[in-house]
Amino acid sequence: MLLNASGCLDALTAPDVARSLDAFVTKTITPEPRDGNPAVRIAETDAGMLNSIGLANPGRERFLAETLPRLRELGRPLWISVGGFSAAEYAETCAALEDVAAIELNLSCPNVDEAPESAAAIVAACRAATRLPLYAKLSPAAWDIAEAARAVEAAGADGLSLVNTLRGLALDPETLRPTLARGTGGYSGPALKPVALAAVYACAAAVELPIVGMGGVRSGLDALELIAAGASAVALGTILFSDPGAPARIRAELTAEAAARDLGHPLDARGQAHSSLQTSVSRSDNAMQKVPGNRPKVTA
Amino acid sequence: MRRERRKVVAVEPVGAYTLLRVERGGLDPGIPGQFFMLEAPGRVLPRPMSVCLADPGELAFLIDPIGPGTRALCALEPGDRLHVLGPLGNGFDLDVGRPLLVGGGIGIAPLPYLSQRLGAPPALLGFRSDLHAEAAALLPGAEVCIEPTYVTALLPEEAHDVLACGPEPMLTALRRLVPDAQLAWEAPMACGYGACYGCAVELDGELKRLCVEGPVLSAA
Repeated sequence: MLLNASGCLDALTAPDVARSLDAFVTKTITPEPRDGNPAVRIAETDAGMLNSIGLANPGRERFLAETLPRLRELGRPLWISVGGFSAAEYAETCAALEDVAAIELNLSCPNVDEAPESAAAIVAACRAATRLPLYAKLSPAAWDIAEAARAVEAAGADGLSLVNTLRGLALDPETLRPTLARGTGGYSGPALKPVALAAVYACAAAVELPIVGMGGVRSGLDALELIAAGASAVALGTILFSDPGAPARIRAELTAEAAARDLGHPLDARGQAHSSLQTSVSRSDNAMQKVPGNRPKVTA
Repeated sequence: MRRERRKVVAVEPVGAYTLLRVERGGLDPGIPGQFFMLEAPGRVLPRPMSVCLADPGELAFLIDPIGPGTRALCALEPGDRLHVLGPLGNGFDLDVGRPLLVGGGIGIAPLPYLSQRLGAPPALLGFRSDLHAEAAALLPGAEVCIEPTYVTALLPEEAHDVLACGPEPMLTALRRLVPDAQLAWEAPMACGYGACYGCAVELDGELKRLCVEGPVLSAA
């Protein structure tokens, strides 16, 4: 139920951290190798951080031939984050993947040019290319993220990853020029938590899909709040940078927070933020179960 | 790599810098040039600091208070506690015949521990002001220059195994003059253990993470 956010952990460099998660999500893979953006690529802000890594990765062929076999040795379910610059590129990578737990489609990296197609069109192309579970990672910058969620659900997504970073800018206090070489970057960390909660809350009310909630999680209570908003799994991002022991700590805190509320399991809090839902929903053994259906739809 | 909560033993001004001395406990000080990520109170990200001194029972870090994180670290008081993670990265190769330490500004940070491990070899230090140059006291016997004189002007004629840390222009100039120098580089990093890809630099035509492949790189 605890994952890492894509791009926030290298399982081969820190295998013990990866093994402390229930599943490992890779850094986004693109068809061609990418060096990423020029330095400076990260900047701290008062309530978070900006990154402009730019999808640095070894490319699909080398990933499949070299990285993936080594990742399998971790013995953890693997989620492969897939990126591209057209729907066809996403679909080609999906078609080349087999025997992994899930594919997360990075439809919302703020640090590279976007594919021209809509998120739904990319999901549809990938759906035609693979039978593996497809999670659509959406941007919280969408004007109506619930509408985006409905569109990717209709296109065949099996789940949602909410949320990616928000575009942000930091200026050097001396020069008043952008700190990051590329100018803007993806904003993550504590400031993102209310944004993530709002996105999970809206999407849980709009679609039937299981949701991996992420954004600014630093504690077990943060994770429980995302679950209450409708997430059935939680991913850790920026907190891993400062605390590689965060997965074990947050897992213990989450269990304690649930127990303090007389919940047998943290997932029993699922959907509790939605007032018309029962405070306790039945939980199957599958952590990726769906939120029950009798919820209010978000009005347009 | 271990992350532990450690007590601050002392916070001492050293010229324009601050020496933060932390209880070592069971932490391995690592090889000179390796670094620790220090929790900066009130900040989102920890800050990478190389080990300056590794006296028994202690780890000491030399810090230049130039931003919110380093200022928060310098504002710590004895008895405060902070998380430290390390040792991280690759340190200097200590198997050298005729070492010469070269440091510039806050880049002298790893040199006192390095000097101790190498038996106090000769050292050249450059600073931008007299106040900054007071930090040379951490390396007794070092030759010191102050801008506009640069350390590169003081390099001896005879060949040495140069081990250096300092600002990028200094390291770039040294690399040109001493192609086989061991240079400790710096880059903003969020994690220090290979997770964030923030500190990538181009190395042998490929981008490498300075925290994993460095921070000490052989010029070549």
